[in-house]
Amino acid sequence: MNVPGSTVASPAASAATTPTDAASDLRAQRVAFAAMVAIVVLAPLVVYPVFMMKVMCFALFACAFNLLIGFGGLLSFGHAMFLGSAGYASAHAAKVWGLTPELAILFGTAVATGLAVLTGLLAIRRQGIYFAMITLALAQMVFFVALQSKFTGGEDGIQGVPRGRLFGIVDLSQPMAMYTLVAVIFLAGFAFVWRVVRSPFGQVLKAIRENESRAISLGYDADRYKLVAFVISGAVAGLAGATKALVFQLASLTDVHWTMSGEVVLMTLLGGLGTIFGPVVGAAVIITAQNYLAQLGAWVTVVQGIIFVVCVLAFRRGIIGELGHWLKKRL
Amino acid sequence: MTEIFGVPTQALFGQLLIGLINGSFYALLSLGLAVIFGLLNIINFTHGAQYMMGAFVAYLMLNKLGLGYWWALLLAPFVVGATGVLIERLMLSRLYKLDHLYGLLLTFGLALIIQGLFRNEYGSSGQPYQMPSELTGAQNLGFMFLPNYRGWIIGASLVVCLATWYVIERTQLGSYLRAATENPQLVQAFGINVPLMITLTYGFGVALAGLAGVMAAPVYQVSPQMGADLIIVVFAVVVIGGMGSILGSIITGFSLGLIEGLTKVFYPEASNIVIFVIMVVVLLIKPAGLFGVQK
Repeated sequence: MNVPGSTVASPAASAATTPTDAASDLRAQRVAFAAMVAIVVLAPLVVYPVFMMKVMCFALFACAFNLLIGFGGLLSFGHAMFLGSAGYASAHAAKVWGLTPELAILFGTAVATGLAVLTGLLAIRRQGIYFAMITLALAQMVFFVALQSKFTGGEDGIQGVPRGRLFGIVDLSQPMAMYTLVAVIFLAGFAFVWRVVRSPFGQVLKAIRENESRAISLGYDADRYKLVAFVISGAVAGLAGATKALVFQLASLTDVHWTMSGEVVLMTLLGGLGTIFGPVVGAAVIITAQNYLAQLGAWVTVVQGIIFVVCVLAFRRGIIGELGHWLKKRL
Repeated sequence: MTEIFGVPTQALFGQLLIGLINGSFYALLSLGLAVIFGLLNIINFTHGAQYMMGAFVAYLMLNKLGLGYWWALLLAPFVVGATGVLIERLMLSRLYKLDHLYGLLLTFGLALIIQGLFRNEYGSSGQPYQMPSELTGAQNLGFMFLPNYRGWIIGASLVVCLATWYVIERTQLGSYLRAATENPQLVQAFGINVPLMITLTYGFGVALAGLAGVMAAPVYQVSPQMGADLIIVVFAVVVIGGMGSILGSIITGFSLGLIEGLTKVFYPEASNIVIFVIMVVVLLIKPAGLFGVQK
């Protein structure tokens, strides 16, 4: 299934790099990161904090997904299961057990991580297209469990989740307190994924994506690398989902449904597969578009489908991939 | 009333029948997916939407043109297949040199567009479709009543599946097809028009989905969402069976339908997920699928 030389990621990513290139790429990425921090800090002055928090949660979700497809070449079509299950777990912990928000988020993330270990062990047994189908089917199973379980509230979801007091001190019902927490989680999560990509582990992952048999012949245990990548990705997606449940004080079936898995694929594809900043930009564009298109009802699906088709046929590098290509930098 | 394991036989056979009918659709749809995958190496995510289109073409033919079920059964697969040919020529054919995952993403986008368009036009609720008058009524089999239309679905899908198997495994056309699956360049060098064959194969696979849609119209309601969740189950069926063997897809489709029906009788809470659970077990024991060959 892994045809040598065929890559899912942007063509720019597979070009050979000299040390100076890498250094200048890193400088560009640092500048972009600084710009992103500035936007996160200044944005509440211009846009609704809740909107920004939504963007950041989805951006982190998309970064997690991108780690798998963009750098591991693994297309997961079931990432909603991590977002959704973590949301349910953290909502349940905060509402029913009365845990503080940081513990609720940690618990949600832990549940998603556990789920990622189980599903990852199964999914990595097949490659390519089968991997996508298996993750989709497993996520659908999680969806049905969420639909039928008592504690998820079925069609109603878990509503009225208390945001609580962070460390028992900071009252998160204050919008700016919540905003700060989400911003910190988002930036830390983003920096973590960025670090993973740049680490030796990330390099091996890319080697496996490019040519799995070669990587195995060099002595790397490809399955173990794929599993670790899958678990990291699921955990970060879970972190996003657990945070999102507290932001909206709601955990619902929407977040475990396959349409959500499709949306994160769309965000990443539009922003740029295998780029560092693409998922963030893609998430911001899609969430903004959804806000404006909300009154169009079912047309939203059609518009999303059209973006998919256009991206695949004519815009495979995505927004950040094209920008990076134009600047001759990997962003 | 007689009982088996504490379940009335009427209920048991009733659920088994529903299971067989679901299985007929699993078999037809996974067969189409397998045929397309064999030659194009893509998973056709639009398959569920194309199944839905088949049902809608039948519905529209009846309500706009006054053409009944049998005409729909004959013409709808051609209409749906023709849209498939267009999709292949205009879009999919541009992606063959790229990673196969792009084909999956493209067909996923197309499925969103098609389902969204139909939902805008016809809403989310289902439209009823009349059963053909020739197939109303039921047969008394002694142990249960078999509604004629249900018997027809099972029989017709078996015939279509076996005919497809025959064409692919036993005819010269099928041998070209199998050869092109193995090595398209070589087959092309022998003077066979492989791109045309690819186009027609996609059209045929899609037409099978359309045919399944027409057959489903009188049983389930005709609704824009009818294919969306079904296709995910069919993906699991495909993973369980492995796409290497045509006969394998058929057998897996029917037997999983039966197992699902049995689950509805003995443990209804799990009937939604039983196929996914089986998928998990198969992945643990034989990752390549029951009839598949690990490459």
